[in-house]
Amino acid sequence: MSKNMMSKNKTSGASVSRRGFLRNAVKGSAAAAAAACTTVVAAPPEANALQRPPKPLPPDAVGLLYDSTLCIGCKACVTACKEVNHMPPDVGAAQQGWNAGGGDKPIYDSPVELSAKTLNVIKAYSHGTGATKDAAENGFAFIKRQCLHCADPSCVSVCPVSAMTKDAKTGIVNHDPSACIGCRYCVLSCPFGVPKYDYNDAFGEIKKCQLCKQQLAKNELPGCADVCPTGATLFGRTEDLKAEAKRRTALKVGEYTHYPRGDIAGKVGGPRSGHEKLVEAAYQTHIYGEKELGGTQCLAVSAVPFDKLNLPTNVPENGYPTLSEGIQHTLYAGMIAPATVFAGLAYLAHRNTKNHTDE
Amino acid sequence: MSSQAHEHQPLGGRVLTLPFLICAALVAVAGVILFQRYTQGLAAASNLNDGYPWGIWVAIDVVIGSAFGCAGYVIALLCYILNRGEYHPLVRPAVLASLFGYGLAGLAVLVDLGRYWNFYHMMLPWYAQPNSVMLEVGLCVATYTLVLVVEFAPAFLERFGIEGLRAKLNRVLWVFIALGVLLPTMHQSSLGTMMVIVGHKLSPLWQSQMLPVFFLLTAILMGFAIVVWESVMASLNFRRPMETPVLSKLAGLMLVVASLFVVLRFVDLIVRGQIGQIFGGPQSGWFVAEMVLMISGLALLIPKANRNRSRALFLSASLLLAAGILYRLNVYLIGFTPAVGPWHYFPSVKEIMVTVGVFALEIALYLLFVKKLPVMHAVHPEHG
Repeated sequence: MSKNMMSKNKTSGASVSRRGFLRNAVKGSAAAAAAACTTVVAAPPEANALQRPPKPLPPDAVGLLYDSTLCIGCKACVTACKEVNHMPPDVGAAQQGWNAGGGDKPIYDSPVELSAKTLNVIKAYSHGTGATKDAAENGFAFIKRQCLHCADPSCVSVCPVSAMTKDAKTGIVNHDPSACIGCRYCVLSCPFGVPKYDYNDAFGEIKKCQLCKQQLAKNELPGCADVCPTGATLFGRTEDLKAEAKRRTALKVGEYTHYPRGDIAGKVGGPRSGHEKLVEAAYQTHIYGEKELGGTQCLAVSAVPFDKLNLPTNVPENGYPTLSEGIQHTLYAGMIAPATVFAGLAYLAHRNTKNHTDE
Repeated sequence: MSSQAHEHQPLGGRVLTLPFLICAALVAVAGVILFQRYTQGLAAASNLNDGYPWGIWVAIDVVIGSAFGCAGYVIALLCYILNRGEYHPLVRPAVLASLFGYGLAGLAVLVDLGRYWNFYHMMLPWYAQPNSVMLEVGLCVATYTLVLVVEFAPAFLERFGIEGLRAKLNRVLWVFIALGVLLPTMHQSSLGTMMVIVGHKLSPLWQSQMLPVFFLLTAILMGFAIVVWESVMASLNFRRPMETPVLSKLAGLMLVVASLFVVLRFVDLIVRGQIGQIFGGPQSGWFVAEMVLMISGLALLIPKANRNRSRALFLSASLLLAAGILYRLNVYLIGFTPAVGPWHYFPSVKEIMVTVGVFALEIALYLLFVKKLPVMHAVHPEHG
């Protein structure tokens, strides 16, 4: 041991009480952490002290109701979405060989999943022989994927630069690429896997459905709802859509019923005639988006359970931001705790650096 | 203590040694890959995708790299807040390691950001989104990097003989020391809070409201472990005497923190009703690996005699570091499953080489600094 080090030891070793302080500090923080652990974790989810209240839907929130039993898989909505939003074609991996385009050769748009080029996609479930529509066994069913426009969106909660925002009136979740830093925390956090980034572009952007807000501003329908021939995608106020979803899930097989098209209220995009149809497959009682993670403005009904349609089920009824923001707001409420800790640290550092002649 | 100015001294010696040149070559390789990344997009250099938008550049370079940078945090805490003067010789090397750990974590963020030219929006109040945990982490890390520069400035000023400024800085250094303890406490815990919002996508083995506590504990533990590790490495490579007496005290603290981590991990799993997940649940092998590393690392330190053996100290510090690394990797990558699948991610060779390049740059700069600046505690030849 060097002489220097020994002299250091001697000077500070004189204060034996400091050792006691250190030991007590460690013991104290251990006890505090253990106490925090048991109180916080032991609390049942609904009475979690750290959770902030969930955010309600704006009263005039708008969205879509997708009815899987009405969907015929024509993908007109996928094409309309591309046109209205000026999105490029997305060639699936299997089609790359003969469908890669180039020059003025036409390219067949064949997206299989949401991507930075595809804001809306129809996917198919199939099982066994795949003979019967809307049957989980030996059948098939369609599902439409696009942003669900959450009441309490994770993507808005995580965005450090307010690039992702929720419209106070319509509730539409918007993205502003000019503010975005491209951290992709929204991509990571979305419980439904919606926002996407273009990894093949040196200046890639985050892309997601914004419910064709530019169309709505002209009193026109979102592209998908506008072209849907069967009314499988229906536009409207979320409250109206929820009531319609409840009506449908209560229908019995063999009932003859009316299905509207376009805007459920007949205002946006002008009035359209609906159609009458027999209910051929029994609806699930589950309305997807009614309760999932604080509720979403876009809803779905189906005859096939939603877990089979590759949607996350078994998720909590409160959005994840209620917890993450709750933790953060508790620790940093009014910046009181950090300020207090800083005051204590500054006092100790000030006192103790006087003892150390250097640094 | 009579000659304060010579308390620290540059190690001297050749700069262009073989390890330095190897590091420089690795940095150059990373530079070529980064050219592709900036001209062709993230996919040209990585396997990042929309299922796994965060890969090793976030999990290793930033989340684990910043924990490597916690040496300065824990040593400042011990030396100046708890007034344990015997840790004084460890301050400058620790602050230097932290400066590089954090500085390069910040650099790695710019590699990963998809719209990096907008990064300064994080600092502009009119873009701020106060609910974002990432905003808090970003601002905290940026401020802390500046604090580290100030904390390391005395070594610079001493080397270039700028005594007037040095004396002035010394009078206000306590403010920066206090900040240098507060800020890592905030952002290291928040690195855990950041993954709370991914909810069900993180395996119940790791998803917990206790994430901020576990991240703070691993930051402190890895801070201690990296100090021990670096000290032993420096003693071996620069033929300096072992700092074992000081290190053995750190070992006692490592034992306390590691034990606390393990106990709280199990309490948390039991209280959440997820303890069954450790027996054959998905990814349970990674949990077991994490615990085996942690428990074997702390078990080595239980016999007091081992805390005075540099070999045992080194092995234990290595195991505990590995445990901390694996815990953070589990939370950010291995335990994560995208919402709507299937997606796959394993880092590409180019992606790995960029991470290697970042750490090589850190080592190369560290070697350069300790040779040219008064970082290491002076060793008197008659005792050496």
